[in-house]
Amino acid sequence: MQKRFISIWFRYLKTDWWIRRRPMLHDKPFVLASPDHGRMVITAANRLAEKQGIDINMVVADARALIPSLEVLDDQPETSARLLNALAEWCIRYTPAVAIDPIDGLLLDATGCAHLWGGERSYITAIHKRFKDFGYDISIALADTVGTAWAVARFGSNDSIIESGQQHTALLSLPPACLRIEASATERLEKLGLRQISQLISMPRSALRRRFDAQMLQRLDQALGYEEEMIKPVQPIEPYQERLPCLEPIVTATGIEIALQRLLEALCNRLQHEQKGLRTALFKGYRMDGKIEQIEIGTNRPSCNPKHLFKLFEVKIESIEPAPGIEVFTLEALKVEDLPTVQQQLWGNKMDLDNVELSELLDRIAGKIGAYNIHRYMPAHHYWPERSFKEASSLNEAIQTTWKVDRPRPLQLLSRPERIEVTAPIPDYPPMLFRYKDKLHKVMKADGPERIEAEWWLQDGQHRDYYSVEDEDGHRYWLFRSGHYDAAKSYQWFIHGFFA
Amino acid sequence: MDTTKANIIAQLKKDILPLQGFKSTLNTVALDAIPVAMKNAFPNAAFPLGAVHELIADSTEDATATFGFIAAILASIMQNAGASIWINGSQSVFPPALKSFGLSPDKIIFIYLKKENEILWAMEEALKCKGLSAVIGEVQDLSFTASRRLQLAIEQSQATGFIVRRNPRRLNTSACLARWKITSSPGQLPGDMPGVGFPRWNVELLKVRNGKPGSWPIEFVGGRLRHVPAFTVIHQQQQKKTG
Repeated sequence: MQKRFISIWFRYLKTDWWIRRRPMLHDKPFVLASPDHGRMVITAANRLAEKQGIDINMVVADARALIPSLEVLDDQPETSARLLNALAEWCIRYTPAVAIDPIDGLLLDATGCAHLWGGERSYITAIHKRFKDFGYDISIALADTVGTAWAVARFGSNDSIIESGQQHTALLSLPPACLRIEASATERLEKLGLRQISQLISMPRSALRRRFDAQMLQRLDQALGYEEEMIKPVQPIEPYQERLPCLEPIVTATGIEIALQRLLEALCNRLQHEQKGLRTALFKGYRMDGKIEQIEIGTNRPSCNPKHLFKLFEVKIESIEPAPGIEVFTLEALKVEDLPTVQQQLWGNKMDLDNVELSELLDRIAGKIGAYNIHRYMPAHHYWPERSFKEASSLNEAIQTTWKVDRPRPLQLLSRPERIEVTAPIPDYPPMLFRYKDKLHKVMKADGPERIEAEWWLQDGQHRDYYSVEDEDGHRYWLFRSGHYDAAKSYQWFIHGFFA
Repeated sequence: MDTTKANIIAQLKKDILPLQGFKSTLNTVALDAIPVAMKNAFPNAAFPLGAVHELIADSTEDATATFGFIAAILASIMQNAGASIWINGSQSVFPPALKSFGLSPDKIIFIYLKKENEILWAMEEALKCKGLSAVIGEVQDLSFTASRRLQLAIEQSQATGFIVRRNPRRLNTSACLARWKITSSPGQLPGDMPGVGFPRWNVELLKVRNGKPGSWPIEFVGGRLRHVPAFTVIHQQQQKKTG
């Protein structure tokens, strides 16, 4: 079968996308710019700006001189690749093989597709119309070869269809730039007065090869169809989703469990094949009356172990109300990560935080009682006791600083210091007596004071003078006086912790 | 002649233990941190690891002493590796202080739960897990059935369980291997130096299966538990001025 290719050229790819995002830009001249050698250089301009004489690679200051009201937006370099990828995936509705043609085009292998739209004319009209509805200004061409389609889309008339075998005539009147050759080669051709393919095509090939490089001849051959050219189609990622329709509506918990097990096995099989593991999964049941019942789980580390995942779901199955019955089940992995390859140990179980069983245990506990109850702590760079440790973000976060052991710290700390009554000699001796929870403690031994200042950049408040004291029963406490002994200002004694 | 007799008696004592239903656990980490006097109370003179220890604490001060004792033992079990789970009723343990007992606080996962049955469920699940060195739980009451469940869970994983009973209403029988009570006692520095000194506890082993209960004054010095010689007279001393 004769191959047919479509080339789509987006004249204003990035600016059209901006207009789609911000419709008020539609009637204004605007440009996208990015910094280059300390200046802002225009990378894209919309139709209105271009009409008024603004070109790509112009400096923004010059452009502002032309149009004072010109709007300048920041250009992200990766936008066009991301955008083309999304558009290519969308174009899969027209043909299974869609390739990206950097930096502003798409290539579609339309071989054997056009008759589904009732002929080539209506096929490209359909494509053109859809893109126009989106707001993209495109030029489209259909030809036997990638090269001709590309050339005609950019340099020929709009929406042209080059009949099979007519590449030669179609190319004759086009400039040499349509051959997808380097800019330096185009310039040289220009200097030699070769402004049309027709002048070039009649020249002996050996002369062309001598004057220019082999690339130009290859491009010419590809455009004319003497040499085959391949395109590299995009492959969209299939969502990690499994589906299980049921012959009869499921109403029992056992039935749901069986469905879940089947789905998990299928999904985990695929994940294992691709060396991936899921972090969150959503199990949905579509009820006969149109309602959707769903349960969700999350794991601490990527997992593709169906047994473990089933256990996580198991505790939540009871929350599903099948009512008239569930007809379709789906299981979707919402978040998928690469599975770190685990080296199996033959004997001895390494007991550490990266143990798989431990993370599975924590998943189970989190599933039942909530992940907010599970904590792991890291040292923090603060002297203030309440701030001297912080929550770790994950199970395998490594500690950045060391735990301080130079000063005595109580094993139990009250979440809020509690006020106590004391008898203490001034100015900076530890108390002799203190009363806590209606019990009088006689201080036998004491260490201190250790002064800890309030961190003024975080909070206001007075410093604390900490004493570790021991009473006559051998119980040890951590007391502090907040502030100086000062008649003018108030000071208070508090108990803050218990030593072992 | 006497030595051979003593050897025979020691061997016979060892043979009696399995007949009494004592199973030696697979976990045989030499716990250097534990004083010999305390070790001798246990069968085979080894601190039992794959078992549940029950610790009684009647007040906050005693609970702190109990935590200190657990932390000291845990440090030698974990040996700078491994992980543990600590299930509390409230957020009272101050993680940075654990480091002074030789325990890395970042290797411990704290779980805060309010309901006692949830704590027991979480403990049971944790004890079944083969990836943990120890599990510590805090409850008030522990029924015999609950303690049996914990002991059964432990038999798969050989982890060590510590269950701290704070202000227990009733000291009922339990299937735990040992019952401890740790209370603080006044510390003492050599030469009557001023200051609070090292943590010192009176460690009572109230019950132990196949062993001899006892009571020892124990001090935590230089990263290990030390048996304080009995002849040290602890006398009251006047408050010393510091600073």
